[in-house]
Amino acid sequence: MSAEHHFRYVATDRRVREDRRFVAGKGKFIADIALPSTKHVALVTCPHANARIVSVDKSRALKMPGVHYVLDGHELAAATLPLMTGLDTPNVPRRPLAVDVARYSGEWVVAVVADTRAQAEDAAEEVDIEYEALPFVLDAEEALEPGSPLVHQAHGSNVLLDKTFVWGEVDKDFAASPRKLSLRVKWGRSSTVPIETFGVVASWDPWRDMLDVYASIQMPRYADQIGIALQIPVTSVRVHYDVDVGGSYGVKRGIKHTVLAGYLARRLGFPVRLIEDRLENMRGGDAHGPERLFDVDVAYDDAGIVRSMKMRALENVGAYAGRSPFQLGKPVGAIVGPYKINSVQYRAIAVVTNKTTQEAVRGFGQAPTNLAIERIMDEVANVLGLDTIEIRRRNMIKHDEFPYLIPSGTTYDSGNYEAVFAKVLAGGAYEDLKAERDALRANGILAGIGVSACLEPSGGNATFEALLNPAITTSTFMDSCRISVDGMGFITATMHTTSSGQGHETLVGTVIGEQLQVDPEAIRVTRPDSLNSLPSGTPVGSRMAIMLGGAAFHAANKLKAKLLAIGAHDLGIPLARAVYEQGNVHDRDTPSHKRTWADLVQIAFRNYHRMPPDMEPGLSVSHVYQVPNGSTLPTAGGRVQMYPCFSFEFHLMLLSIDPMLGRPEILRYRLGHDCGTQINPKIVRGMTMGGIAHGIGAALYEEFAYNDEGQLIAQTFMDYLLPSSHEVPAVDIFDHETPSPYTVLGQKGSGESGYLGAPAAIANAINDALRPLGISTNRLPIKVSRLGDMIAAAQAKKGN
Amino acid sequence: MKAAPFEYSRAADIDEACALLAADESARVIAGGQTLVAMMAMRLARPTRLIDINRIAALSYIRAEGDAVAIGATTRQCVVERDALVAAKLPLLARAIPWIGHAATRARGTIGGSLANADPAAELPLIAVTLDATLSFREGGKTSDIKARNFFMGAMVTALPAGALLTGVRFPVWSGKVGVGFHEVNARRSDFAFVSAAAQVELDGGGACKRIALAVGAVTDFPVRLESAEAELTGSTLDDAKVLAAMTQALTGVEALADLHASAEYRKRVAIKLAARAVADARDHALGKKHAH
Amino acid sequence: MHAIMRWVRNMRIELDINGEVRELDVEPRTTLLDCLRDNLALTGAHAGCEHGVCGACTVLFDGVAVRSCLMFAVQAQGSAVRTIEGVTPGPGEMSVIQDAFCETHGMQCGYCTPAMVLVAHALLANNPEPTREEIVEAISGNICRCTGYAQIVEAIALAAERMRGANAPAELRK
Repeated sequence: MSAEHHFRYVATDRRVREDRRFVAGKGKFIADIALPSTKHVALVTCPHANARIVSVDKSRALKMPGVHYVLDGHELAAATLPLMTGLDTPNVPRRPLAVDVARYSGEWVVAVVADTRAQAEDAAEEVDIEYEALPFVLDAEEALEPGSPLVHQAHGSNVLLDKTFVWGEVDKDFAASPRKLSLRVKWGRSSTVPIETFGVVASWDPWRDMLDVYASIQMPRYADQIGIALQIPVTSVRVHYDVDVGGSYGVKRGIKHTVLAGYLARRLGFPVRLIEDRLENMRGGDAHGPERLFDVDVAYDDAGIVRSMKMRALENVGAYAGRSPFQLGKPVGAIVGPYKINSVQYRAIAVVTNKTTQEAVRGFGQAPTNLAIERIMDEVANVLGLDTIEIRRRNMIKHDEFPYLIPSGTTYDSGNYEAVFAKVLAGGAYEDLKAERDALRANGILAGIGVSACLEPSGGNATFEALLNPAITTSTFMDSCRISVDGMGFITATMHTTSSGQGHETLVGTVIGEQLQVDPEAIRVTRPDSLNSLPSGTPVGSRMAIMLGGAAFHAANKLKAKLLAIGAHDLGIPLARAVYEQGNVHDRDTPSHKRTWADLVQIAFRNYHRMPPDMEPGLSVSHVYQVPNGSTLPTAGGRVQMYPCFSFEFHLMLLSIDPMLGRPEILRYRLGHDCGTQINPKIVRGMTMGGIAHGIGAALYEEFAYNDEGQLIAQTFMDYLLPSSHEVPAVDIFDHETPSPYTVLGQKGSGESGYLGAPAAIANAINDALRPLGISTNRLPIKVSRLGDMIAAAQAKKGN
Repeated sequence: MKAAPFEYSRAADIDEACALLAADESARVIAGGQTLVAMMAMRLARPTRLIDINRIAALSYIRAEGDAVAIGATTRQCVVERDALVAAKLPLLARAIPWIGHAATRARGTIGGSLANADPAAELPLIAVTLDATLSFREGGKTSDIKARNFFMGAMVTALPAGALLTGVRFPVWSGKVGVGFHEVNARRSDFAFVSAAAQVELDGGGACKRIALAVGAVTDFPVRLESAEAELTGSTLDDAKVLAAMTQALTGVEALADLHASAEYRKRVAIKLAARAVADARDHALGKKHAH
Repeated sequence: MHAIMRWVRNMRIELDINGEVRELDVEPRTTLLDCLRDNLALTGAHAGCEHGVCGACTVLFDGVAVRSCLMFAVQAQGSAVRTIEGVTPGPGEMSVIQDAFCETHGMQCGYCTPAMVLVAHALLANNPEPTREEIVEAISGNICRCTGYAQIVEAIALAAERMRGANAPAELRK
């Protein structure tokens, strides 16, 4: 740790309380929820990339053992509203089951309900569907062309969004700059693919008009969207937040699964369970991540100072769009990375193709954008013969320039990038890596050093919504915490969303314990259901440390204030003389004159005659916390304060490539990380290492590959390759803490750390390794075979 | 991903297994199940009956048989991995086994299962072809032998007759100054290989190659013995340049597989190099030199 | 269209689960994983892929870590199956290994965790002093999407160190 801490519990090495239940296998995951009489769903999926559904014959399926119902898209569409989308695209409706046309291979067409999952699968095979195959398009650039097949006829084109922003005098800056560089960078289609698939259990109680929903969910406005789609009051939807989610990293927004299961539960009168199997998940779970093509131009000078940037980001959204096109908008809040680029032109284009639909993925578009920025920085350095770290030093925002306003209207709250660099490079680390690289090269091994310097926007206010769709005027982004001390003096705090491994219960206990000066382990943290909850924006946008931490902090302070008021009144002293200490209140002038925690509880609960006049009895408080700094809407020119806080990461790695095999190996990895105050260091480290592993996967192994027939050919874990322990090297992490001035404890987010910068650093390292051969690659993933073929071709050219 | 329904029988002996197989053409045997159960979960395999042969003691053995080592079909891969006789007499097999899947799959997977499955990228078919192993199978009360070179016919296709039960495999043992080399390349450590190469050499007193067996796997539908290279290199000192030339020549006409994981060019090009590395390792091993692998 | 589904009778089997013999009535096609979860309410083994790659379904089978999704329950008769529930010493009580995982925070979402703990048990039963490479190899058949593995490897190393210091504690024999 770098900062001097005066904390008692925050920033100390504490265990994560959630871990206890997990090591015993006593988590409560969706598949562990067993309501009586639950029936199971299996899906019938479209085998074609694009097809008209000519007919559906359910008759054989209905005769299969255990079958209760077979649901098609028409029936579901007649009874429900389309799923919410972010952009204003009424001619691109999205529904759980295809209606008339299925638009990607794997899209759900029919749902079968049976006593067991196995019986539902048996019956699903017996549903006879006649299709008429239609022309299809898979490539985003082809989808833009005038003659392209249309994914949605009624929409008239394949373009969902095409918006250009110009922040600053871009043309002038380009004209004035002596040098320009263009680069095309492709982020391949991958995703965070949790080991647990999405699942939901829905149960309808007609006597209470209540739909109980249990789900492996990570999604804002989940209950709202269920109610809207099913056309029932949101107060008839009760989402249970105490379901443990087996990993999500953004993607578990199974609203189509939930509307489907919810409809069936209401229609059929028994609980309905839909848990994707892995094939359903990969092909039709709609949880693919960005597939983004960047065309970047920079204008710079002979010293390597980048003055202006033009970026066109073309996103292949898949066949439908929920929230995913907004992943083009979030990076606007850090569009220049950590650099002092003066002006920016940004064009965001989202197109539909006949591929699986995307969902929000960790970073919400920031990791692909960082890849593009960091690649072009390296290419500028390459042209000028500048060191890869030096180019960044020259362009970086200096520590005394914060808060720093970037051209797109966002202010970076704080940072000290030089200090983070210094820690990573301490002791001659960079020189050692270069020496090692050179020694490898001398032995005929391709070797390269790669860096990336990236921001992690955190705090999660979604003003990219308003930016990309001016009809949206949302500027409220909140989270909440309620604290109750009961009549026996025990403390319970509530949080109002699900978690998927971030340790939020520990976060809440730690922050409240800190403020109340009581052992966090003594604080019970619960998750009431959605009808008993205060508002929560849920864990998106790396926001929970800031927002839930903030809500808990303020709630605890309210409780402390109440205790002080009760104590002062009962002690007969002015409030200014009352001192709170570890749950007790004493007279500053006469410390022995005090009221203990037990006394205060007694007064609050049972001795109203001793309470300050007109004070509410009991000891319950709550706080609903608005995001600090980020409550404004975009200007007409598209400038906006997006996320309030910016963590920073600096990756430095040495990578080798066996020239014959084309297989890369990360040999050394140093990471500098600054997320302000770390409320729980174990959690932060875990997030970072996990993010790095995700990044390694996206850079080298993972791809949702399609063949020319529009079939997803990587649909199992045999072909979609997840990094194992062999593929993730040891990483030396160097922490720095530049607190945020906006947050209650100086904390920033760390939920996306590692993932946002690792792919860029790996791409840079590989390119450094390839440079002596005169070749480069700007397309992820960089797989062994492609790398091997590139190297072989270059060597043949050189006459090797 | 639940399998389609099937009936389940446990065969007490080989002939019962064969009788059950003969009675139902959609019946299949299950031993380790590490491939079969996954295929059934995806409903790519839909046997009407599974005949569990795990309890047939007569199918599980490792023993010396003259100048060969015989291994029963249901012998677990992890057992072969740890076996002292295999380590001593079949060093090439011992070298390749740890590359099969993961420890958890080798705990259940069997020698026979992998051979009968005949995945183009699998290690055991490659070793069997390299060492000229003989596979035995039983059908209708009769035991027959078939050479590995004739057993593997296509991707997941073997000469095992429908209704026959693979009972075991015999690997010839080489004596003298023997060395082995084995290489495979994949994306992640334990994936199916893109290319694999196995070599075994016997050197004479002067260090010249008396005998060499060499094959590549994962490049084509089934492992390929590089017989022209073997002929070319026999009698030579196996110097690197000559070896490389022989590999290049031997693989010239080969049409390599292309898929999501590796291009045909990659497979062919790397096969030449990996085969050369395998021969070099085998040579050095036989010469008693230490080498990295 | 597929061959007409035949109705297959359940089979009666006896399984040795965590040291106790349980009588069960299952379809032949029920995997050991589904049998543990649905028939025996032992929900610590998790389904991640159902095709034998992710390892979240790992159980100990005669002491060896295997994928329970790649075995039909009917095949398990005659062998000893041990699940996470069977290595937990008692209600609310953690083994040395489980405690080490909590000490290093060798998990986040918890979905792969029971499998990792069982792999650790199997490893340390046979190799009380594993190197870092041996630990990495031992868990390489289990995918974690949360942690990047570092804190898991540290948990197992810590557990090994503590167990060596405690002279082969009793729960290894469980």
